[in-house]
Amino acid sequence: MTIRTAIFLAITVLANTGGEIAVTRAMKDFGEVKNFKLAGLFTLLGRVFRSGWMLLAIGLLAVGFFSLLTLLSWADVSFVIPATALSYVVGGLGAKLLLGERLPPARWAGIVLVSVGVALVCAS
Amino acid sequence: MSFPVALRAKTYILVALIVLFGSAGNLLLSRGMKQLGAVQVASPIGLVRLFMGIFTSGWIWMGIGALLLFLGCFMVVLSWADYSYVAPASATVYAVVPLVGHLLFGEKVTPLHWVGVSIICVGVGLVGHTAPSTTRQE
Repeated sequence: MTIRTAIFLAITVLANTGGEIAVTRAMKDFGEVKNFKLAGLFTLLGRVFRSGWMLLAIGLLAVGFFSLLTLLSWADVSFVIPATALSYVVGGLGAKLLLGERLPPARWAGIVLVSVGVALVCAS
Repeated sequence: MSFPVALRAKTYILVALIVLFGSAGNLLLSRGMKQLGAVQVASPIGLVRLFMGIFTSGWIWMGIGALLLFLGCFMVVLSWADYSYVAPASATVYAVVPLVGHLLFGEKVTPLHWVGVSIICVGVGLVGHTAPSTTRQE
């Protein structure tokens, strides 16, 4: 893995994880979606996209998206996509510290296995 | 913490849609970017060429469409489920993307790579057996 690939991978992981945590905050503030009719979903979008958390999420996800696009122009998708699973470890910590989620041992075990799988994928 | 069966089923359906749209989006974007060739970001002209190429590629627009549907499903499921559940559970993408990348686009996937993907899938299975929400108020 080149330094250029490592830098774009780090930007992709951090920006995507931060963005997804901000999306989670926005959606939890809105409450559980129970109306799956199209009109209800558009009302949801209208309200959620005025949230400060959502605006922060859009900014971070845009950075992550263009970083991923750039990365995919020279690296194989079957390497890039598994490598971005590093965000699960960062995301698990972020969910516990920033969102107050209580991660049961089995979930941590799953996240650790995912990270081991990612290490193997990156080494291969 | 008990978790209603209907909510668990709703969570599984949305995670399945996330995997479908996420896999399609990444494969389509990869296809589009490969057609553009390696990105040269050292000069302004290189950047302009990159963005012109990105915004006139049908593959990339289809990829963007799939990823918007992915984001919509992701947002909806996060209104009740944990982020630390949804994100790893969606990692089934890691089984689908290399398989399709290998079969359709001829990308190389080594045996060690497949072992890593298998371990990721076991991890996803463990996460999938936990309660989808630890913060939900009854």
